[in-house]
Amino acid sequence: MVLSYQDINAQAGSRWRSLTSGNLPWVRVGSALCGQAAGCEEVLDALESAMERHGVEGNVSHVGCLGLCFAEPLLDVQFPNGPRIFYGNVTPESVNRIVSVHLREGNPVTPLALGFLSNPDAAAGEEPPEGIPDLNLHPMRVLEKRIALRNAGNIDPGDIYQYLAVGGYQALHKALTSMTPEQTLEEVATAGLRGRGGAAFPAATKWRFLSGSNAPVKYILCNCEEGDPGAFNDKAIVESDPHTLVEGILLAGYATGAAHGYIFIRHGHDGPIERAREAVQQAQELGILGNSIFGSDFDFELEVALTGDSYVAGEETALMDAIEGGRAMPRYRPPFPAQVGLFGKPTNINNVKTLSYVPEIISQGGEWFAGIGHEQSTGTAILCLTGDLNYTGMVELPMGVSLKDVLFNVAGGVPGGKDLKLVQTGGPLGGVLGAEDVDLLLDFEVFRNAGAILGSGGIIAADEDTCVVDLTRALIAFCQYESCGKCFPCRMGMSHLLEVLERICRLEGGAEDLALMRNIGENMQAGSLCGHGQLGFNPVSSALKYFGDEFDAHINGRTCPTGRCLASRYSPSQTRR
Amino acid sequence: MDRLRQTITEAVHGQSQPTVTVLSSLLAVQDAIGYIPKEALEEVAAFTGKTVNDIWAVASFYPNFKFEPLCQHTVEVCWGTTCHLVGAMPVMKSVLDTAGLREAGDTPDKFLSVGYNTCLGACSQAPVISVNHRLVGRVSPETAARRVSGLSALPKPEDGHGQ
Repeated sequence: MVLSYQDINAQAGSRWRSLTSGNLPWVRVGSALCGQAAGCEEVLDALESAMERHGVEGNVSHVGCLGLCFAEPLLDVQFPNGPRIFYGNVTPESVNRIVSVHLREGNPVTPLALGFLSNPDAAAGEEPPEGIPDLNLHPMRVLEKRIALRNAGNIDPGDIYQYLAVGGYQALHKALTSMTPEQTLEEVATAGLRGRGGAAFPAATKWRFLSGSNAPVKYILCNCEEGDPGAFNDKAIVESDPHTLVEGILLAGYATGAAHGYIFIRHGHDGPIERAREAVQQAQELGILGNSIFGSDFDFELEVALTGDSYVAGEETALMDAIEGGRAMPRYRPPFPAQVGLFGKPTNINNVKTLSYVPEIISQGGEWFAGIGHEQSTGTAILCLTGDLNYTGMVELPMGVSLKDVLFNVAGGVPGGKDLKLVQTGGPLGGVLGAEDVDLLLDFEVFRNAGAILGSGGIIAADEDTCVVDLTRALIAFCQYESCGKCFPCRMGMSHLLEVLERICRLEGGAEDLALMRNIGENMQAGSLCGHGQLGFNPVSSALKYFGDEFDAHINGRTCPTGRCLASRYSPSQTRR
Repeated sequence: MDRLRQTITEAVHGQSQPTVTVLSSLLAVQDAIGYIPKEALEEVAAFTGKTVNDIWAVASFYPNFKFEPLCQHTVEVCWGTTCHLVGAMPVMKSVLDTAGLREAGDTPDKFLSVGYNTCLGACSQAPVISVNHRLVGRVSPETAARRVSGLSALPKPEDGHGQ
């Protein structure tokens, strides 16, 4: 039986009130990939047994990624109508103390607390807990503007009712009941939303290619392949708040007249796959996916499709080949996907982040979104901060914040008082940016003019101990391993580049090697179908631009200044066949 | 042998999602038995109406497909950019040394398989390894070696997650 929108919301509201204002404390444990790697499963086991041992009752939810990954395993305790008290880097031992003192006796364990977040539902004038800092004043959160991540770490991603209770599917309801598809598309155009997968192409322009087609079957594809090392924000959104994405896909379908969609994820990323499947199923059960959604004449079917391991499967035409079940290799263009795409039908492909902005754009209006950000780069940037940084994690910052601020304030700078040497942005193909040039604003054009790529938002910091030649070798080893092999300049060029870089790392490079690499790079750029080959020389060219003297030391000085190249080096000997 | 065939057939025919393809069928087999034997290539070919060659073209493209039965334990070392920068190479060396291997691959007794992963997706916890598909972050060469030698003491994969 399909319930009305009002009935669904009423159910969601009463379930939410029982969690937040019943009698029991609510414990939320970060369980995304970052939490799992930090050991949240041991923490959850310890929590369960400590609650049993101390005879404490409470609601325990698995939530996604709050962004403060450096503090994982991270959990928080909230008593009805009270603030959320967060505990970072918890261990089975500290969990025991949190249960016996905080959950049982109601007193926060102040020395263990990372911070608090006040309860938006509580009456005004609530006393902040004594001796515990406001988590919103933490460097990682103070500049944040959460749009796509607004629910991440706050709600149980496996429960559609929690999403509904915090305003979920209101934007879809609004569009279906009071906006035409054209008005919906126009709102996204007004927002100036640009693709967050790397190309920064205006989303509304792309959607118009699809809405202009009268074909009976059209597809909306959501790309969550996300093979970029150092970027995990797409997976984190799907793991933390999959319904925001489902709602965004539905709105894209409504705006473009498409009734079919796929979410495309790499096999083996079990958390995101499970969350996405669960979300689709729950939405189907409530009639939010299927026929006549919310009583309108809009129908939409959504499916989760998996790819095998392939970085190039994230390229939009290769992605379609993988969904069709073949080898993930890019297609020739034209015809463009909007004319001949998946299964030969008109197709639109967007990144997870791009689609996840759409519900808030429809709720709050395109003008509101356009008012955030910097010049032509509206909205926010969702960044993954990793590497040699004090605070690693995921943040959503308004466009226009400087990268220097991101590195030294938001992420707390480089540990151990060391100097920053470089940052690597936009995935392996994005190349490196020397420390002297990090005073850039987060803005697609500013980055492009500086020869860098904001890309999917991965920002990897490297300190002074990093050997640039070794890093370049590692980046090219990745690109070589992931070349799909369709275009020979990329397939052979990557292997050749790697061979030369291995030689330079062994301190056996020759004077002609730099010119040789440049020659290979030019051929790759000219002769490859997709960005993998076209941009594949970026790691080398950018490293040479900033750190030419280090290559010189390896080649002419026969020495590795950091000594990294003298240690054991490994990379896969076998690649795709 | 018949049981293997039966498991493969069930995996291929039991796919519940609307879009069933060569790749989805291969992934279903991989999920069911952990590798793609010759029988699976034949079964998927029959199921999808294609040739064994067509199926092999797809299976050989994606490096997550294995073509031999799995070892008892699997350890993957992430060599993504972040992990590389903060110490994946010494971790790899330590894991290989502990396993008695010179390069990634299976131990001769099929006890342990050591491999690479291009990115396990938990970059904020780098360096990361996965032990029987469970993530372990912020490893050092020493803690990674302990995870691997901990596996030797416990014979079953599901008991092998260390302390």
